[in-house]
Amino acid sequence: MPAEKVFVPPDYQRPTESPPEVAAIPFRQRSAVTEPVWVRTILIVVAVGFVGLFLLLPLVFVFVQAFSMGFGEYFEQLSEPYAQSAIRLTLLVTAIAVPANLVFGIAASWAIAKFEFKGKAFLITLIDLPFSVSPVIAGLVYVLLFGAQGYFGPWLEANDIQIIFAVPGIVLATIFVTFPFVARELIPLMQEQGTGDEEAALSLGASGFKTFLFVTLPNVKWALLYGVLLCNARAMGEFGAVSVLSGRIQGFTNTMPLQIEAASKEFSRTAEVAAFSMASLLALLALVTLILKTFLEWRYADRLSSSAQAH
Amino acid sequence: MEIRIANVRKEFGRFPALHDVSLNIRSGELIALLGPSGSGKTTLLRLIAGLEHTTVGKIYFGDEDASQKSIQDRNVGFVFQHYALFKHLTIADNIGFGLRVRPRATRPSRKEIRRRASELLDLVQLPGLDRRLPRQLSGGQRQRVALARALAIEPRVLLLDEPFGALDAQVRRDLRRWLRELHDKTGHTTVFVTHDQEEALELADRVVVMSQGRIEQVGGADDIYDAPASPFVFSFIGESSSLPILVRDGEAFFEDERVSLPVRDCEAGPSRLFIRPHDIDVVADGGGTFSGNVTMVRRNGGGRRVELAIGSGGHRVEIEVPAEVAPAIGSTISIRPRRWRVYADAAPTGPVTTAAAMKAAEPSRAVAAE
Ligand SMILES: Nc1ncnc2c1ncn2[C@@H]1O[C@H](COP(=O)(O)OP(=O)(O)OP(=O)(O)O)[C@@H](O)[C@H]1O
Ligand SMILES: [Mg+2]
Repeated sequence: MPAEKVFVPPDYQRPTESPPEVAAIPFRQRSAVTEPVWVRTILIVVAVGFVGLFLLLPLVFVFVQAFSMGFGEYFEQLSEPYAQSAIRLTLLVTAIAVPANLVFGIAASWAIAKFEFKGKAFLITLIDLPFSVSPVIAGLVYVLLFGAQGYFGPWLEANDIQIIFAVPGIVLATIFVTFPFVARELIPLMQEQGTGDEEAALSLGASGFKTFLFVTLPNVKWALLYGVLLCNARAMGEFGAVSVLSGRIQGFTNTMPLQIEAASKEFSRTAEVAAFSMASLLALLALVTLILKTFLEWRYADRLSSSAQAH
Repeated sequence: MEIRIANVRKEFGRFPALHDVSLNIRSGELIALLGPSGSGKTTLLRLIAGLEHTTVGKIYFGDEDASQKSIQDRNVGFVFQHYALFKHLTIADNIGFGLRVRPRATRPSRKEIRRRASELLDLVQLPGLDRRLPRQLSGGQRQRVALARALAIEPRVLLLDEPFGALDAQVRRDLRRWLRELHDKTGHTTVFVTHDQEEALELADRVVVMSQGRIEQVGGADDIYDAPASPFVFSFIGESSSLPILVRDGEAFFEDERVSLPVRDCEAGPSRLFIRPHDIDVVADGGGTFSGNVTMVRRNGGGRRVELAIGSGGHRVEIEVPAEVAPAIGSTISIRPRRWRVYADAAPTGPVTTAAAMKAAEPSRAVAAE
């Protein structure tokens, strides 16, 4: 509202600089939203206590257990054939699922942010589906589709293609659960940026592909990296959907999380170290992800979309 | 490059943003699209560029039909209102972008691109800024970089959408003069959009006045100002007041009383009289054409503005008087228009949609007094 429209009655007097009742309060520069010291102390202690008890302690415990029989045993367990196979499988699945979702995420957010089409809102909802559906159900749906009794079962069998209880099934499950991560980072950012830069590039004679490569991609690269990071962490750690689809054959279809569970069910000291040594790898991945994520948020906050920081 | 826009219609969904627009732009001309917000200026500019495609009608560049060509093939320089500089590229890379993305066969060498970029930076009077990033420049500097970037591809036409819209008044004025000089130096056919009439009238060779998806008038500053083709143009350009009158038997009637206004050449029927504040004389002793009560007096630069309520309808008319004259509120003043125009009222149709109805609404019945 323009300042000149503010009505000021002629007998209006400015309030005196510091009302006495405020000056009497002993706290220096106390603002309206600042609680008394004891309230603040309790809140902080409770928060730190919870984080320590439920997040930090288990993490520390993982490493303590992993090294409980010494470094030698730790590396011994990690080089067991089953452990090696699980690590390889997890890396393989991640190496397929993350690029797949990278491509899908870019395509979907490009379509959603830069074009108008019917059913757009529905597509956005659909992308979020894996967040709201239990991974186990997702796994079961794939079993229903591709299992021996499923819709495509007979056809797959006739053509000798194995999806369920094999690597393709695990990849499918992982792609499903990590579906939204890249797209969710890119969509709000691309929508915010609009199509102005792309139009400028096109008007300067750039082809669609060069426009994407030289203009669109650089504009979203940090958000993209952020999404890939989260996608990667989730892909390596996914348990529910994968456990339904893998069949859990040690040495063949056990990923790292499944191998951890398998080892933890054997009640022996070495099995325990086996489970926790593998868990320590995942914990390490989580830590690295966290550090990179924090770095991205700190360094490129302005170039991630505002929703990215809400994660 | 001569541009011919032939009977172009543009719809967004079912909403018509442009109705049957035709316009010839001469080679080397600097032309302004002027009109209120939503009148379709940007839409027309984007159609010329190829950022949008016409629903009906064609656009010719010289003799060739450009309507079917993609934006890349039209070879136009487009300057966006918010610059749309590439944030992650240096100024030099921004300017060289159009050259860098060419297919290998026609792409100049890196060195050549760099040389051209610094040449263009000199042209837009920003030498030595090639290493900077867009965010390290002021708004006016960014606008000039955007222009240099558009010029780098040696466009056949230069299109600017509210090039100075986001800048403050002083910078606007400087850039305006600078753009005119640049245009005269490079000779590009240039179309720019503005809703600032002063900018349009001062800068352009010809002004295209638009309203509600139609072209109301095309002409030089004198034509537009002295011979407005429609009531819309009259009231949009400069200040004006209007009074409802009736023309019958070559005489004018205001509120059923005959007024001494020579309207012999005007079409009979209900009409509107348009006058500008500085084209009205104050007549002593009540001998004028109209008289009214003073409702407001306000100082306006070198003179004084007086608002009158005329007739029983209390129609507001603004007049300009010398600063020395200060009429009292409520006093009666008699006036006589020195220059005016009468436009017959359009038939009271709804929104005009068909070509036939458009003809009927055409302001050919306007008659002016000198
Ligand atoms: N992409 C679009 N989709 C739907 N309607 C549009 C689109 N672009 C423009 N319009 C409509 O077309 C009409 C003309 O818009 P345009 O942008 O050409 O106006 P303008 O004269 O440039 O106005 P301004 O001075 O505000 O920029 C407006 O009513 C606008 O709402
Ligand atoms: Mg516009």
